[in-house]
Amino acid sequence: MPKVKGKRQSTLIDMTAMSDVTVLLLTFFILTANFIPKEPVQLSTPASVSEIKIPESNRLMILIDPTGKVYLNLDRPATKLEVLKRVAKDYNITFTEKQLKSFVNQPNIGIDIRLLPKFLDMDGEDQDKALKQYGVPADSTNNQLKTWVVNAVAVNKELVGEDITIAIKSDRTTPYPKVKNVLSTLQDIKQNRYNLITSLEGMPPGF
Amino acid sequence: MAEVNTGGGDKPKKGKPHKKETRVDFTPMVDMNMLLITFFMLCTSMSKPQTMEIVMPTKDKNLTEQEKNKVKDTNAITLILGADDKVYYYLGKPNYKDYSSTKVANYGGAEDKNSLRSLLLERNKVGVAQVQKLKQLKYKKQISDADFTKQVAEIKDSKDGQVVIIKPTDESTYMNLIDALDEMQICSIGKYAIVDVEAGDKYLVENLQKQGALTKASDIK
Repeated sequence: MPKVKGKRQSTLIDMTAMSDVTVLLLTFFILTANFIPKEPVQLSTPASVSEIKIPESNRLMILIDPTGKVYLNLDRPATKLEVLKRVAKDYNITFTEKQLKSFVNQPNIGIDIRLLPKFLDMDGEDQDKALKQYGVPADSTNNQLKTWVVNAVAVNKELVGEDITIAIKSDRTTPYPKVKNVLSTLQDIKQNRYNLITSLEGMPPGF
Repeated sequence: MAEVNTGGGDKPKKGKPHKKETRVDFTPMVDMNMLLITFFMLCTSMSKPQTMEIVMPTKDKNLTEQEKNKVKDTNAITLILGADDKVYYYLGKPNYKDYSSTKVANYGGAEDKNSLRSLLLERNKVGVAQVQKLKQLKYKKQISDADFTKQVAEIKDSKDGQVVIIKPTDESTYMNLIDALDEMQICSIGKYAIVDVEAGDKYLVENLQKQGALTKASDIK
């Protein structure tokens, strides 16, 4: 009996189908991507059972780090620019075109306005490093946070026609007085509605 | 699919131009796509962060004074968020004479008898039961989401609902505040307020820690 010769099969696999799938997945991820915004400080938010989502646009984020440094984050570049112009006017500071551009590119506001022009002349990475040491002054003698928030609220109302959402994000270990300071500043300017950012935690069983 | 059968026999026929293989190897392409996918997966925040909405009272002196008095008459619970993740609480009006009127609780779950949750659940039994019932109905799809929200709001707003006053001290952390607010949601308490601590509250806590030593000291005087 002759031996049955096994047909030699090619070990090449057709990758086209695989490629199709990956391209599809890639498209999905690109389209749904909303990048995690760069933040000057790493904050681990406390968990809560609240399931309300934060509005995607029109928000003013206030970050409070454990040492009490305050950073602001506005999502609309146009609003941000206009706010800067008004705040600068209050403090009699003028910016060059280049500085304004740099301001829009830097996602966080977190420095004394009087130091801002010099700060904006630095390049991006140095700015991020420098931000860690500063923070918007928010104490009673020099409360620039108030000026920023007042202007942000007003500008947003004019440009967008909607009320801005104020979101407060803070670390779990932040001592309460630091948070209270920001809250009372906001109360002073009659902003009484805020969103406290938390991470999701399941409801305890049975609820 | 990417292979096109060029129909080449064993021997290329004479006269016909030699046909090149048109198969393209997609492996590098797949590699690259996988890399990109990984990048996008890691860099995106798929879920938006959750938020908790709170409304603070306006800093209107007359208003708060009035509200405070109203609250004092009712059977309110005052929570004093203290250091080391401890909550001190008293029911109704503060009793400065008797240190044991102030008690300590923790942020544990309902199975812990000494936790804030079991205290509030006990105090707000009626409300919790009503909300539970509604949740059951909603789960069985007997009421719509809108109805559910409306009815829950009604229960939370009812007149004899539990009132809670949260007083975070300087020693408490942001997490303590969030935890306390969380308990309000878990225990279906609609009426709560965040108020600044007063000297009297600090006295109560200290008195409790010293087992009434402060009261004794003031008695001697």
